[in-house]
Amino acid sequence: MQIRLRITIYFIFLFFISTAVSASNEKSGNAEEKGFDALSMIMHHISDSHYWHIVSYEKPDGSEADIYLPLPVIIIYDGSLYVFMSSEFNHGEAVVKKGNNYFKLYHDKIYVTNETGDIKTDAEGPPENLKPFDLSVTRNVASMWMSVMIILALFIPAARKYKGKPSMPTGIQSFIEPIILFVRDDIVIETIGEKKADKFMPYIMTIFFFIWINNIIGMIPFFPGGSNVSGNIAFTSILAVFTFLLTNINGSKTYWKDIFATPGVPIPVRIILIPIEVASMFTKPFALMIRLFANITAGHIIILSLTSLIFVLKSLYISPVSIGMSLFMDLLEILVGLIQAYIFTLLSALFIGMAVHEEEH
Amino acid sequence: MNLTTIGLGLIVIGAGIGIGSIGKGAMEAMGRQPEILSKIQTAMIIAAALVEGVALFAIVLAWLIS
Repeated sequence: MQIRLRITIYFIFLFFISTAVSASNEKSGNAEEKGFDALSMIMHHISDSHYWHIVSYEKPDGSEADIYLPLPVIIIYDGSLYVFMSSEFNHGEAVVKKGNNYFKLYHDKIYVTNETGDIKTDAEGPPENLKPFDLSVTRNVASMWMSVMIILALFIPAARKYKGKPSMPTGIQSFIEPIILFVRDDIVIETIGEKKADKFMPYIMTIFFFIWINNIIGMIPFFPGGSNVSGNIAFTSILAVFTFLLTNINGSKTYWKDIFATPGVPIPVRIILIPIEVASMFTKPFALMIRLFANITAGHIIILSLTSLIFVLKSLYISPVSIGMSLFMDLLEILVGLIQAYIFTLLSALFIGMAVHEEEH
Repeated sequence: MNLTTIGLGLIVIGAGIGIGSIGKGAMEAMGRQPEILSKIQTAMIIAAALVEGVALFAIVLAWLIS
């Protein structure tokens, strides 16, 4: 068993090195034409886009071709709703005319422009054109739907087994049930307490698995994965807003009294304390948001940078080192994905628990 | 001589010292009382993630300001 494990690991390592060899040979061929722009490649992988890049291949005449999956674009501008496929934008080259308006895709964002497709940018900043209200199904949205499907496919069969006579768990249920029990006992009941646990259990369970599965999918480099959902600050900010709303809507009298009329302190100290307490009410979800966003995005940037070392240094011999480091960072990021999901869930449950905690007299 | 780079170096030093001392405290506690090892390990991971969160805020702010 020991020998077989080691041989398997060596083979996997050699496989990664061999793909790196072929990659570096290909890229160093056209290195004279354009330098390798690591920053724009990394930014392109981290940010959202209206296409889903499936694969790049080399055509027989030596040029590179990409296969993209175009996603629907849904924009509202000037009172009317336009729905079309993003292939009309032709990767930012074509100006799309809908009704009387012209739209152009510039750096993965849609702008309202005129017939010739002018994008006015001041020196370094973002373009000054107007933007329509963009409700498109972008890569992040499609990836979130996919992870919702995965969650439903995992949990609905497991839950169905409890409808009839509950018997010994088998199959997927035996894998999920210890995790659900862990979330219920060690996270929810510890922090919120037995009495109110059932009210908040669905939310806590959902965000734990949703964040965890989105983190895992973000680590997959090819087609169904490859979109950085939990590293998108809009995604984490909405989850933090949900936690914020849940804590403050369900806050007990004790909770509000502790913020605005702290017992046991004289009035001048109370006046100083109130802004501090109100600020802390906002900084806690803000910290949740930044922590998840920064951890996941930083992990992706590190892995992409380590892998692009091969192209930046244009050397074959750096590839074992680079692949070894990327492999290590990959494994670490899988662990960090789980830890960050757990921390987000634990802290959300802790804030909710502190808010609903009734003083026993 | 970019101040942002120096700032990032300082952030990383802070995170390193913080998580290092969490690890040190956890190891000593595990040595004294091996029977509650898993609780100590869980608490150590949580504390390390919180400290790392602070370091990452600072990195995000440094990137925004630069």
